[in-house]
Amino acid sequence: MPGGLLGIESLDRAEIESILERAKSFQPQQTASRKSDLLRGRMIVNLFFEASTRTRTSFEIAAKRLGADAISITASGSSVTKGESLVDTLNTLGAMRPDAIVMRHAASGAPHFLARYLPTPIINAGDGTHEHPTQALLDARTILDRRPTLEGLRVAIIGDIAHSRVARSNLFLLSKFGAQIVLCGPASLLPSELARLAPGVTLTHRIEEAIRDADVIMMLRVQLERQHEAAFSANEYFQFYGLRLEHISLAKPDTIVMHPGPINRGREISSEVADSQRSVILNQVENGIAVRMAVLERILSN
Amino acid sequence: MSKLLIRNGRVIDPASRLDAVRDVAIENGKIAAVGERLDHAGAQLFDASGHIVAPGFIDMHVHLREPGFEHAETIESGSRAAAAGGFTTICCMPNTSPVNDNATVTSYIIERAERHAIVNVLPIGAITKDSAGEELAAIGLMKQAGIVAISDDGRPVMNARVMRRAMETARSFGIPVIDHCEDLHLSAGGDMNEGIESVRLGLRGIPAASEDVMVARDILLAQLTGARFHVAHISSRYSVEMVAFAKGRGLPVTCEATPHHFALNDSAMPPYDSNYKMKPPLRSECDAGAVISGIVSGAVDAIATDHAPHAGSEKMQEFEKCPFGILGLETALGLALEKLVHPGKIPLLRLVELFTTGPARVLNLDRGTLAVGAPADITIFDADRAWTYDVNRSASKSRNSPLDGHAFRGGPVATIVNGRVVWEASE
Repeated sequence: MPGGLLGIESLDRAEIESILERAKSFQPQQTASRKSDLLRGRMIVNLFFEASTRTRTSFEIAAKRLGADAISITASGSSVTKGESLVDTLNTLGAMRPDAIVMRHAASGAPHFLARYLPTPIINAGDGTHEHPTQALLDARTILDRRPTLEGLRVAIIGDIAHSRVARSNLFLLSKFGAQIVLCGPASLLPSELARLAPGVTLTHRIEEAIRDADVIMMLRVQLERQHEAAFSANEYFQFYGLRLEHISLAKPDTIVMHPGPINRGREISSEVADSQRSVILNQVENGIAVRMAVLERILSN
Repeated sequence: MSKLLIRNGRVIDPASRLDAVRDVAIENGKIAAVGERLDHAGAQLFDASGHIVAPGFIDMHVHLREPGFEHAETIESGSRAAAAGGFTTICCMPNTSPVNDNATVTSYIIERAERHAIVNVLPIGAITKDSAGEELAAIGLMKQAGIVAISDDGRPVMNARVMRRAMETARSFGIPVIDHCEDLHLSAGGDMNEGIESVRLGLRGIPAASEDVMVARDILLAQLTGARFHVAHISSRYSVEMVAFAKGRGLPVTCEATPHHFALNDSAMPPYDSNYKMKPPLRSECDAGAVISGIVSGAVDAIATDHAPHAGSEKMQEFEKCPFGILGLETALGLALEKLVHPGKIPLLRLVELFTTGPARVLNLDRGTLAVGAPADITIFDADRAWTYDVNRSASKSRNSPLDGHAFRGGPVATIVNGRVVWEASE
């Protein structure tokens, strides 16, 4: 990964395995000291053109735990609001010679477009409705903390698949490791082409069918800001696609419930499920730091 | 009295079905004779041995950006790009600023072209005022001023009743209606063809159905009004089938295909490269194949480029922010040879037809033929010459081509407009 991390689709299995393995050693239960100086003297710019709490904070903490200097810029406080183009903003930042730029942007492919013009490695922290690679890595880490392998697992991903970068990155990653992926959502948010995107993917519009015998249930947030026509009212959506306690019995007894956050209680997941024993939502957040440390180290230490 | 003799070329003239080595004599800007061993006394000689001599190519769909967007292209720079692509006549779309929706703008374009263009420029007028799709433009007065067709290219007429009135009016003035067929409600917000690639890249899709429903509507309106209806830049399989169906019913329905829509497809697009963003979008491989089949079968009447220059700064943005459109004039012949002639899909005569008599018939022009007395517009090209496209040396003011660095087999050698050599390949 010398050129940064733009997506999961182009990574091979060995590379993913090595990141996940390294992330394990950065988990709090594995390390005595919280801070190292593996990346001392390195500078990382977090450039967030879209609202984010967990990803930005997580990248910042990851950088700091490795001893790197991290600065965060949000679009609202930058020259973007003065009409500067994306290329010019990035070139300006690039001229300050950071060692990597972590970037979130509302446009799919924005980091790919910049990577063609900028020598600085770019780490994609979510581009539009395309990919969110570190989310898929931390999800895989979280599953592997509880299962010996991803192979053969039945993973249900439920919600607004069409607009979800989390779904795409997870789908690519899980497929590379031989998992069975069931995508579930309302027809207008579940394009049929998804089934041909990677091996092992099936589609359904019925949540019960998706959850049956599932090892992992991943819920997605309904992305109101990306939907250009509302297909369902909040109430109707929860009725057909909200995860409730009564669904859990359909899944494997030791199933785990995941959510990339932020969660909308009562919209796509009931409070009882979000707070249940099956929920690993906070473990995901915890693993986010470990995985991002592994990614930063891999990109910056060569 | 100026004389030019083009000697020993393989003359291909679809209008007379001629395909043989001949000389072409030009006098005073007109074709004087086509024959063997013509007398060359007092004539300037052009040796076309080994090359093909064809009637001047006509591109019935270009954007010259003048008036209003001269930073991207001018009538002059666009005409130079046309000449470098082997085109002797180009028809410019009305989506300038101001829109060519009245005779004053039409006359302005014609006067600018007379003074600055090195090829013939024929304007196309707007269908509606400001191409807003509501009130009809001054179609009759623009016809008097010199337009050859009407079109709201880039901004399709969504209101079927307005389109009906436009067709009736166009018919009464003897010009065709060229429609950019796109249902804006179906395509809204889309950036590329809807299909597995748009899903993979997380970009919003433009379904082929957004083109098809409008082609269907306009064919029915052409039947209702008796107007000549021409589909601009046809790109989808079902649209090609519907045009063939309409032709089979004897309706005056025609269509054009761009080289990029039959040469490229959405699976061959480098991710998020804005030089592959245009409308209609690059469709699937199956659609591109259907366009080629339409060219072979005769459903497609003309090859047109939809040459759409955009300044670098406009294309250097996030994919979803970039404007639609790519350059096309200089690479059209090369792509057509590569995808149609070299693989044996069509003979050279048919290729020449698609660039000459095809568009001339759609627009009812007295060009596109080497008949004695016709304007001496001639395209000399080579079907095998190896060359590489360098967009930075383009005559266009813009650089938005996906074909930069592409190695071609065959391309233009010289372009002659009204008896004058306006462009020659450098070697």
